[in-house]
Amino acid sequence: MGNALPDPGQAHINGRIVPEEEAFEEAARMFLGGTVPTIFPGPLVLWAWNEKAKKKAKAIKFLYETLKECAPREAKPMLIPMPDYRPKYPKINPEVEINPNHPNLTIWHNKIDVCMFVGVHCHQANLSLKIIRGGTNCYTIAMCAQAGHEDACLSFRDASVEKIMHLAEWVKKLKDAVPFGALKKHVAALEKKDHAGGTRN
Amino acid sequence: MDSHSIIGTKNKKGQTFTDPYHLFFEAPRIPSFFTGSEVIKEAIRRASVDLMVAYPITPQSEAAALIGELYAEGYVTDYMRGENEFGVMSECAGGAFGGARVFTTTAGPGTMRAMENFPMWSGARLPIEMIVTCRGINSPLSIQPDTLEIYFLLETGMLVWHAETAQDFYDWILMGFMVAEQPDVHLPIAICCDGFFVTHTKDVVNLTPADMCLPPYDPYRSPVPCMDMECPPVRMMRDPFVMKSNYISYATHASWQQEVRAAIERSRKHTIPLLHGLIETENVDADILIVSSGTAVSQGREAIRLLAEEGLRVGLVKIKSLRPWPYHEIREATKSAKYIFVPEFNVAGWMAREIKATVPDSDRVIAGPHVAGGMTMPPEVIVEHIQRALGKSVATLAGRGS
Repeated sequence: MGNALPDPGQAHINGRIVPEEEAFEEAARMFLGGTVPTIFPGPLVLWAWNEKAKKKAKAIKFLYETLKECAPREAKPMLIPMPDYRPKYPKINPEVEINPNHPNLTIWHNKIDVCMFVGVHCHQANLSLKIIRGGTNCYTIAMCAQAGHEDACLSFRDASVEKIMHLAEWVKKLKDAVPFGALKKHVAALEKKDHAGGTRN
Repeated sequence: MDSHSIIGTKNKKGQTFTDPYHLFFEAPRIPSFFTGSEVIKEAIRRASVDLMVAYPITPQSEAAALIGELYAEGYVTDYMRGENEFGVMSECAGGAFGGARVFTTTAGPGTMRAMENFPMWSGARLPIEMIVTCRGINSPLSIQPDTLEIYFLLETGMLVWHAETAQDFYDWILMGFMVAEQPDVHLPIAICCDGFFVTHTKDVVNLTPADMCLPPYDPYRSPVPCMDMECPPVRMMRDPFVMKSNYISYATHASWQQEVRAAIERSRKHTIPLLHGLIETENVDADILIVSSGTAVSQGREAIRLLAEEGLRVGLVKIKSLRPWPYHEIREATKSAKYIFVPEFNVAGWMAREIKATVPDSDRVIAGPHVAGGMTMPPEVIVEHIQRALGKSVATLAGRGS
């Protein structure tokens, strides 16, 4: 709690501050190594409230299309929006949307093993990421427009159209380089290290 | 509004929106002889405040009234008087929900009366700045200095800083906005001082130029939506998940509380460069240390001087930030000390308890001396307390009943 966040030009991977480029490669590998890589766009990019939001939304759609094109044939990329933050009762439809108050339901229901938050207000993103971290094995990526997220497994900061497109470029670059299910092995290795008393950093 | 693009432009009073680091560390300083209350006014003149909500309670009344003058002069956009302190803090919340930079001042029983609002502010991630000019909270009524109210603020989820001098106060009022409004922090901040000792005495304070001011608050960097009545936290009390008795409801609340506390810890990154650390130290290789915050530090400095005349070397740790709590810094600073004395202006000795919970071998921590209810703490009292603890024979000071 209260991890140091990256400075401009940096990102973090499991709390370790790294040059941004390293995080782009890692994020692309995670996306391509997952069985259900999923993007969760939030209200800040779902609604056309300014020109930047419109451009970001297009970039996110492009990233999703790139992911579908480049992911292994067996993978099932998804795009599930977080349109607002109201608690949904009696229950949310996890096929249609994710909600920050019970994001684990969407992860469990769709068997999502790697996901990226983008365009979600920072507090709501951290809330969701904490619950996901506590209740699922999903690898979380945050494409944050502000200072980054300590609760994500990997976080960028100062997200822009260019950064989203750059991540798409990395996904393209690593097409066929990451075997299907590689994420599962990666997470298993991390867990083994944890059980052995090591640290993830 | 992008606050970076506004740097260098002028506001309606002709003040230039200035890069905060330039304002704090590079801009010329003008020595001025002011009371603490006047210092609050001068800081707010330069703080691009949108809304101040006021209510009279000693010893902050003068500062609240002086900021009314700033409103009349056009330096503060809006100025309201609440019906009581609970009303004041609720109105502050409304202003901050709407995206304004909000400032208020309170003290003693006012702080206590408004207490419900403070965890609400932090849970709602409202970066309101509140000055607390500490005074007694007990019955029979006391308007005199006493720092017990700070203890009640420590777990509200607010940032809490404790100023020693009027200079600290001036700088921290301006710096506090810059830390509290960071998107990865975005929490309310209480900047405390010991009432009267700081507010009603004059001191030389080096002010930044009056024609420079902070960039305005940018509500679009908020980690929560601005005044969205459909979304928590604004609509929180109408939302069923709050009242549900199920695992996910608890998980949401637990995560929410953790996130507020994590944000306090994240404020370190922004606070340390501005305050030059969460603590300040002198001669911490000495066997004996005085560790405290606020005016007790000033009295501790005098006690150290008196003890030096007697050949006893004593070091000092001044704690500037109480939340975030400088846990590692205090452990490091006190690692060589055999005795850690904690003078306090309250009867409870909460600071000593915090320090005991922080350092290894907490038997080294000797609480006190304590004064309360408005008593002063002459340095001789600290000297006597230290000498007595060290087993030296001391003449009992008159009038203390000890």
